[in-house]
This record gives sequence, structure tokens and C-alpha cells, in this order.
Amino acid sequence: MKVLVILTVNGLATGFLLFMMASGLSIIFGLMGIMNFAHGALFMLGSYVSTWAYLATGNFFLALLAGIVAGGGVGILAERTIIRPVYGNHLGQILTTLGAFMILNEIVKMLWGPNVIPSPVPGGLEGDFTVGGLTISRYQVFIIFMGIAIAAAVHFVLNRTRLGMVVRAGVENREMIQILGVNIRRVFAMVFLLGTALAALGGAMIGPTLGQIGPFVSTQYLLLAFIVVVIGGMGSFIGSMIAGILIGLINNYVVWLYPPAAMPLNILLMSAILLIKPTGLFGAEGGR
Amino acid sequence: MSDKALLKISGLHAYVEQFYILQGVTLEVPSQGAVVLLGRNGAGKTTTLRCIMGLVPKCSGEIIFSGEDIKGLPPYEIARRKITLVPEDQGIFALLNVGENILVSQRQSSSRGELARRLDFTLSVFPDLKLAWNRKAGTLSGGQKQMLAMARALANENHLIMLDEPSKGLAPLLVKGLGNVIRQIQANSAVLLVEQNFAFASTLGDTFSILSDGKTVLSGKMSELLENSETQQRFLGVSANEGLRR
Repeated sequence: MKVLVILTVNGLATGFLLFMMASGLSIIFGLMGIMNFAHGALFMLGSYVSTWAYLATGNFFLALLAGIVAGGGVGILAERTIIRPVYGNHLGQILTTLGAFMILNEIVKMLWGPNVIPSPVPGGLEGDFTVGGLTISRYQVFIIFMGIAIAAAVHFVLNRTRLGMVVRAGVENREMIQILGVNIRRVFAMVFLLGTALAALGGAMIGPTLGQIGPFVSTQYLLLAFIVVVIGGMGSFIGSMIAGILIGLINNYVVWLYPPAAMPLNILLMSAILLIKPTGLFGAEGGR
Repeated sequence: MSDKALLKISGLHAYVEQFYILQGVTLEVPSQGAVVLLGRNGAGKTTTLRCIMGLVPKCSGEIIFSGEDIKGLPPYEIARRKITLVPEDQGIFALLNVGENILVSQRQSSSRGELARRLDFTLSVFPDLKLAWNRKAGTLSGGQKQMLAMARALANENHLIMLDEPSKGLAPLLVKGLGNVIRQIQANSAVLLVEQNFAFASTLGDTFSILSDGKTVLSGKMSELLENSETQQRFLGVSANEGLRR
């Protein structure tokens, strides 16, 4: 029982981090049909910059902010310079974003070296607390609360603002929203900025849960985020949240039982969903 | 006539993927009234509308709107010149509710007062949509969806409204109602109408233009076309007298 509670808390924390990465990936794809492989590198950049900023300043809030600014900044720069020329060109997009992913990976290795660097749990959030005989990590609980707050904020933007309305409409029918007079590229640039900043925030928060970060962060979490996007449905925010939590929980349970089974199980789950409902759990039918 | 034209297209050629769809379209739309674009399936009617809206990348020729060549502009720039298109598939956002479908279509380049006025007007034309305001647009019936698509065109001030087969798939009673709405629209905007239902179109348009294999083959007054059943047979394969069954 104790183990189950701890695994569930850890699973929820992992789930919310995956959600932060996958929701941006999913909406960017839904709106412009761009599968942004560089997303994983921005996640990693967020984790490196914030870890570095935390070690330098000792202020975790500042560190998170630095991670977001770095990820979102590089994200918007990439959108302006390398993604704009390949709109509507799927092969071009895959090659460009995959290339950007590799370059960013190498830049991170040049700056911080190819080996792992320690990422301590920030002051005030270290250690555990005990509830009814259960020991729960403070930092994991912090992630869960942050995740809920961010999900609520994104939900608000999507459902209660004009930008959100335009994004939801654009995900459903890109052409129609342009006929109605919306400059979709400007909206997309905004979504790209928000999506990459969110991924970088996820990256910034993951370091302390692992205790150390390394270049492996980008590939490992990009793959999981893709699985989350496919299960949740392309372009669906709710889908990426639910699928993120699902994958987070399953991974934590399975890793405790039999670690090598975790990744095959994720792939199996994704394949099963694709067979039963190819649009994913919450994907729009007939969207384009 | 030609100096009063709101929209003037000449020598329009367009490729869709590798297909040479438009091979010389000439068209004039005056600032008042309706022009009906006729022709068989695959003649290039929809592509002509899409070229005007800026949705076809490979277009050449002239598209002059209010004295300005708008060819090559992105769709949102064309929309801001007060042109809109109601596409054949209606382009309803099924996952948004009815109200959101209308609000999202209101161009932010207009003033707030103007938008509020247009919204009131739109809902006075379509009172049913007010009742369905919070319903998901995907749950509407075919006729209601067409009304919503028209409402989105009315929710802005438009000089030119292009309608691509609005009567498609509608029950005869609904088609009649649609005709009344289109006549109402004509009071404030020019209408460029693509229709397969010639009997319906002939009651709405003042002038017509016939496309055949991507070329404009005949234009003129609707009353003249109605009298000439030979031309109808030749280019349209229909007869208005047959279709009406009065």
C-alpha cells in the first residue's frame, strides 16, 4: 500500500512533466501540421539552463524563469529563422527540426560537457514529509501542484480568450480560419513561443527529480512525449494531459515491478490505441 | 459597367498540384446584386473562388478588387479588404459552440461598436442561432450548419460574399429559406454565387458567367440565359423549366 501511494505520487509528477512537454508539441502539430522534433532539445535546454542558474544563484524561482526564457527564446528564434521557410513542406519540416534537435544537443554538450551534471533539489523543497505513516517527497508534490496550476492556466487561455478560440478553430480547420481574416502565422508564432516555453519549464523542473541531468534527457523524454501526443490525440490539450498522466503512472508502476518492460509497454499501449481509435483518445475526427 | 465593377478578373490561370485547372477565366462582379457562376462539375468554379480568396498558391492573371490587384496576397489580407467565402463544405468548427463560431469570425480590424452591431444584425437574420448559441456546432443539422456558415459571413461588413454551392444537400423547403437570406445579403454586398441547382440560381442572379473546362465561355444577363434553352443544354446539361416544375 505504501509503495503504491509513493509510486502514484511519483507517477503523477512524471505525468505532469510529460504533459508540459507534450501539450505544446500536440498543439503545434494540430495547428500547423508541424512535427517539431526540436521540442526535446528545448526541454533539455530548459533543464540545463535552469540547473546552471540554480547552481549559480541559489534561487529556484529565478532558475525556472531562466529555463523558460532560454527555451522560449530559442524556440521563437527557430520559428522565425528555420521553420517559416518550410511551412507546408512536411519533409522539409522533419529534416529542419531534426537537424535543429541535433545541433542544439551538440551545443549543450559543448557548453556543459557530455557527462551528467548534478541537479540538486532546491532549498525549501528537499526531503520528505510524513502523512499517516507515508513518506512523500516534497519536490514531487511541488511538481504536481505546479502541473495543476499550469494546466488550469492553459485551459483558461484556450477556452476563455480570443487567442484560445482562434487556436481551437485553427486546429480544426486551418484554411477556414484564414478565410475569416486571421493571420495564422502570427497566431502560430505565439503558440510556438508558448509551447516551447512550456516544454522548457517541464525540463527545468525535471532535473531535481532525477538528481542529475545529461544529454540523454532530450531523447528519452521526446520519445515519451511523442507517445503521449499519439495516445492523447494530435492537437488535443485535454488529451495530452490525460495521456501524460496515464503514461507517467504506468511507467512508475512498471519500473518498480520490472524495469525493462516499461518502454515496450508504452509502445504496446500506443499501438493498441492506434488500432482502436486512430485519432487518439481526444483527437478531432476529420481534422486537418 | 466595367468601370463600376467591384471585382474584375481577367486572364486567370491556376494550377492545383500538377493539374491545369483554370485556363483563362474572365469575370466581373458589380458592387450590387448577384453574379452566378455556372458550369459542370470540374469546370473550375470552386477554384475560381479559391483564387480570389488567396487560397491557391499558383495563380496568374489579374484579380482587381476596388481598383487594387489582390492576387498573391495572403487570405487574411484579402479578408481584411472585406471579401469572404462560404466554402462548399461550410468550414464549420465542429468542436466550438455556435456562439464561438460566430465570434471567432468577427474580424478584429473592425471597431467594437461595428462588430456588436453586425452581431445583432446577424442574429436578427438567424434567430435560431441565438437559441443554439451554446450548442456544439458539430451537433447541428445540415441546414443549421449552412445557416451558421452564412451567419459567419454576415457577422462582418463585407463588400463581396462568395457562396460555394450553398443549396447542396439541403431539403427543398430550406433552399427556399436560403434564397430569402441570399436576397437579404444582396442589399448590402455583392454576391458571387456558385450553384449546381440552376433553377435556384436563376431566381437569384442578375447576371451569369459560364465556365467550361477552366475557361469562361459565356457571360450575360440571367434573363437572356433563361430564354435560351439551347445554351443551357450545351453548357449546363440542364433546363430551368425542367428543374422548376411549376
